[in-house]
Amino acid sequence: MKKQFAAFLPVILFALIFAPSAWSGKDTIRIGINAPITGDIPKVGEGTKFTARMWLADIKTAGGIKIGGKMYQVELVIEDNESKAESAVKVNTKMITEDEVLVIVGPQASKQAVPAGDVANNYKTPMISPWSTNPDTTKDRPYVFRGCFLDPFQGPALANFITEEFGFKKAAVLYDVASDYPKGLAEFFKRAWEGLHGGGSVVAFESFTTKDADFSSQLTKIIRSGAEVIFTPQYYNEVALIVQQAHELGWNKPIVGSDSWGSAETIELCGKECYGLFFSTHYAAAGATGTTKAFIDCYKKAHGYVPDDAAALTWDSLRIVQEAIQACGAITGNLEKDRQCLRDALARIKKFNGITGQMSFTEDGDPIKCAVIVRISDKGEFEFYKSVCP
Amino acid sequence: MAFFFQNLINALQWGSFYALIALGYSMVYGVLMLFNFAHGDIFMVGAYIGFAVASGLVALASMGAAALPNWLILVLTIIISMFLTSFVGMVVERVGYRPLRDAPRASAAITGLMIGIILETSNLALLGARRVRFPSLIESTTYNLSGVFVTNKKIMIVIVSLSLMLALNQFVRRTKWGMAMRAMAFDYVVVPLMGVPINTIASLTFALGSALAAAAGILFAVAYPVLDPYMGIVFGWKAFVAAILGGRGSILGAALAGFLLGFIEIFVAMIFPSTLRDLIAYSIILLILTFRPHGFFGEPYSARLRL
Repeated sequence: MKKQFAAFLPVILFALIFAPSAWSGKDTIRIGINAPITGDIPKVGEGTKFTARMWLADIKTAGGIKIGGKMYQVELVIEDNESKAESAVKVNTKMITEDEVLVIVGPQASKQAVPAGDVANNYKTPMISPWSTNPDTTKDRPYVFRGCFLDPFQGPALANFITEEFGFKKAAVLYDVASDYPKGLAEFFKRAWEGLHGGGSVVAFESFTTKDADFSSQLTKIIRSGAEVIFTPQYYNEVALIVQQAHELGWNKPIVGSDSWGSAETIELCGKECYGLFFSTHYAAAGATGTTKAFIDCYKKAHGYVPDDAAALTWDSLRIVQEAIQACGAITGNLEKDRQCLRDALARIKKFNGITGQMSFTEDGDPIKCAVIVRISDKGEFEFYKSVCP
Repeated sequence: MAFFFQNLINALQWGSFYALIALGYSMVYGVLMLFNFAHGDIFMVGAYIGFAVASGLVALASMGAAALPNWLILVLTIIISMFLTSFVGMVVERVGYRPLRDAPRASAAITGLMIGIILETSNLALLGARRVRFPSLIESTTYNLSGVFVTNKKIMIVIVSLSLMLALNQFVRRTKWGMAMRAMAFDYVVVPLMGVPINTIASLTFALGSALAAAAGILFAVAYPVLDPYMGIVFGWKAFVAAILGGRGSILGAALAGFLLGFIEIFVAMIFPSTLRDLIAYSIILLILTFRPHGFFGEPYSARLRL
């Protein structure tokens, strides 16, 4: 028995090693989804996964993607990056080299998208990050694209909004220094705010590190600095803690956030404390029309809650990829050639009508689109407040 | 001045958690001469058990099955969770440490790390990666004492932690079981020969430490109501630092060092840029240990440990 098994072992190993390439027939296109299914922002990962499956179901009902008169089937490779930079890099490498995907959609957060984009670019594999707003994700990387606006736009947009809306002159910033997205956005906001109100008008620029739960010393400092508003570009789990602790320390002025707030989880974790606060985001679910509404309804019917912005942007990114694949004209089966062809097709897209609004693309593969300022209503819904365009 | 007192109050709350968790490390080390590196994760398990108990009681109360006011739910949650988590601690001891009691200390330390990972990942498997919000059982009221803001939660947390520490101290000083623990800490080779049941004492030590960690977990969840499976890791490390700083095996030392750690962290962030908080805070602690390598109340020889 033992001997028999030993004889079979090389065969099994051989099969295991070469099986993935054996599955991928020529009429199948593989798309990698690099999502944070566990870790810090699992809700975003869940939305990504659900949206990708919804898109795949649409493709399946249509019988596949039609490229140059031939129908191709699509296969999704969904992998978890645990919301960690190093895992996102690993996932990208695995999907590119072992799973032989044509294109990667994700990772979502800049913390993972910035390092993972480097891998995709080195392997000359097109990647589109739906939600990463940090400029470094696509900068000098011809193979990396994105589906959302950038922090250099979001920072000033928020600074302008706060100035116009409240007429404040002194702002405080509280951010996670160990994460690319909050750190980048905090700096863009500071620059924009000081551009509007002069040097020193950001009276407190306080930071903490990922996984911190107590912000009392930073908030005490902020309150003493005489700031009129706190800007905190954090993810939803920290938002809940920061807002509650600020209120417990006697802060009753506005707290403003960025697109990382726009998750279904924010209200669940933060509760009433967050009512009445503002943040900028990519789309507002309440009061949506047309294809946006169709998407929201379909998602809500299947999963029971309103999709967040990361899900909507994932949908748009997948549609952009779909359009580019079709524009490519033909799939040769030579992965290197097809990836190059897809990249060129993506770079050629000039205008796209997505569910998160109309966008046009710059040379770097970055979209130009409007941001939405959302107010968290007294029922805990994300209400459209106003639109800020570049 | 208000600024200083505000930070003092913040530090008092923050230090309570470190102190409660450090006690668990310290007791286990004192009695069994091993570092229970899974202790930070027992704190996490305690918080989650508290979450389950509190949610259950809230559901029960809202169905009208029992007229429970929220403060009573909180008290019951703390008591029931301490009780349940002490069993988790005893199981950890029975499964993880008892078979290795005569193995090299390094094996036991590694076991602790592995049990920690098992607890984290089994939580992940059981509940998924979603964070949970601990039900808000007491409505937060903020008092403004001439510029210093204190909430009823903060007061409650500090009072409950201090009373638990006092209760532990009384238990160890005044009861027969406490005496057995102290004797074991003095010499865990000879004392069992005198008829003190080592296995029972080991279980008891783990149960007490875990119960305190559970209390810390629930108090933590009251103040910072977002729970995630990895919340115990960094907290465990830092409380371990407090246990060492207090002097291994010393209850008073662990409690004081826990508070000291909280004070150092908060006041460093008060004076220096908050980015440098942990860098400066833990450099200070390294410096203290350089001059007092056995901590505040530790003895140079482990045979003379006191509990």
